[in-house]
Amino acid sequence: MIRVALPYHLRTLAKVDDEVTVDVQGPVTLRAVLDALEVRYPMLRGTIRDHVTGERRPFLRFFACEQDLSHEPTDAPLPDAVASGAEPLLVIGAIAGG
Amino acid sequence: MSGVRVLVGTRKGAFILTADAKREQWDVSGPHFAGWELYHLKGSPVDSNRLYASQSSGWFGQIIQRSDDGGKTWHQPGTPPGEPTTTPEGMPLAESNKFVYDTSAETGKPLTTHQWYDGTPHPWEFKRVWHLEPSLTDPDTVYAGVEDAALFRSSDGGKTWQELSGLRGHGTGPAWQPGAGGMCLHTIILDPSDPNRIFIAISSAGAFRTDDAGKTWRPINQGLHSQYIPDPTAEVGHCVHHIAMNQSRPGVLFMQKHWDVMRSDDAGDSWHEISGNLPTDFGFVIDVHAHEPETLYVVPIKSDSEHYPPDGKLRVYRSRIGGNEWEALTKGLPQSDCYVNVLRDAMAVDSLDSCGVYFGTTGGQVYASRDAGDTWAPIVRDLPPVLSVEVQELK
Repeated sequence: MIRVALPYHLRTLAKVDDEVTVDVQGPVTLRAVLDALEVRYPMLRGTIRDHVTGERRPFLRFFACEQDLSHEPTDAPLPDAVASGAEPLLVIGAIAGG
Repeated sequence: MSGVRVLVGTRKGAFILTADAKREQWDVSGPHFAGWELYHLKGSPVDSNRLYASQSSGWFGQIIQRSDDGGKTWHQPGTPPGEPTTTPEGMPLAESNKFVYDTSAETGKPLTTHQWYDGTPHPWEFKRVWHLEPSLTDPDTVYAGVEDAALFRSSDGGKTWQELSGLRGHGTGPAWQPGAGGMCLHTIILDPSDPNRIFIAISSAGAFRTDDAGKTWRPINQGLHSQYIPDPTAEVGHCVHHIAMNQSRPGVLFMQKHWDVMRSDDAGDSWHEISGNLPTDFGFVIDVHAHEPETLYVVPIKSDSEHYPPDGKLRVYRSRIGGNEWEALTKGLPQSDCYVNVLRDAMAVDSLDSCGVYFGTTGGQVYASRDAGDTWAPIVRDLPPVLSVEVQELK
């Protein structure tokens, strides 16, 4: 069970109040977690990564275990603590005014 | 007639304002989609409970929302949870918020660049939906005007979208350039007398028309004169801000251009200026009285860069003879220290008797007139900056 912490507006879209959990078959990578997230919450498709290119939207970043994973290959394994459910994968929106 | 519903899109959510046919007491619901930009909301002319909304964010992109109960509840029409996200071949499935430009040779000329501000080629990049135009006959069919400029259509209630690529591919697309607000397709007018005829407008490419339901298009900018472009009478390149039509006379169009208020009596084949005695012919909105096709409304705005009313006085100007002679409508509108703007999709009219006129400002006010513009009163005063205003009559 993988824990994912979403920013406020995506929690609203997904109609959830807190962290969400997804199951991943096989290696726990960023791509696999986002794929599973979008299957369970299809309303999030296109909001975290581009529909066609699959690239991370520019104002979003990925963190876990105090590491910035935003620029890591999406097929790289996530930290063991994320794979075990001990720590969440954090989807963070850029801080900006307006 | 039991009442009216005004759909208001703002920088921080949507608001729905309702009143009975007297239009005196208003109920305000919202914000819906709080914190998101709502560029446009519009209801189906054949099912007043069917609403479409364009919800977008610089962080999270474009979302299409749909309501089937007049705005009480909303949902994203698309693939249900648990269903595959890709086809068996691995291609992403279409989604309600998925707008992908068609560059296939089969359905349109492959077209991958337009001009950037400096004239260099720039790839088409989808940013957001500026305008949603529901079909005049089918609640499940709706058109979307997007930035970078293109026209999309959904025929399944907003679940999936397909580009009408003949517009970008008709020939002048590589010469289109963005205006300061982006290269947006912001106006879509469906001809009530001819289901194959659609008018659209793009900043800053100009106006275009199809007579075959979107397969082929041509520019309709003859008569426009824009001093700010290298060739002031070019076939494309004009910054059209908005176009309006009275449904009873679909061949007559009225245009608020970046500068100049224009009129066409031949479905856009030619245009002539009707700015007349306006204090400035810059502005964004233009609309036509629901029952008097020669009665027009504009809100003159000071420019090039101020973008607020001249002299700090918010005035709607009305012409009762189709242009050139305009009267200022001021009763109930602030006549000092007013420095708001009225954006291109932020005016609408209802078809009650007498005609109601509505507009929203970047200061968050939504003003309504129950007497065709003679007097005005705010429905609400302190919303976020208003991006769009539409009105529905409720039976």
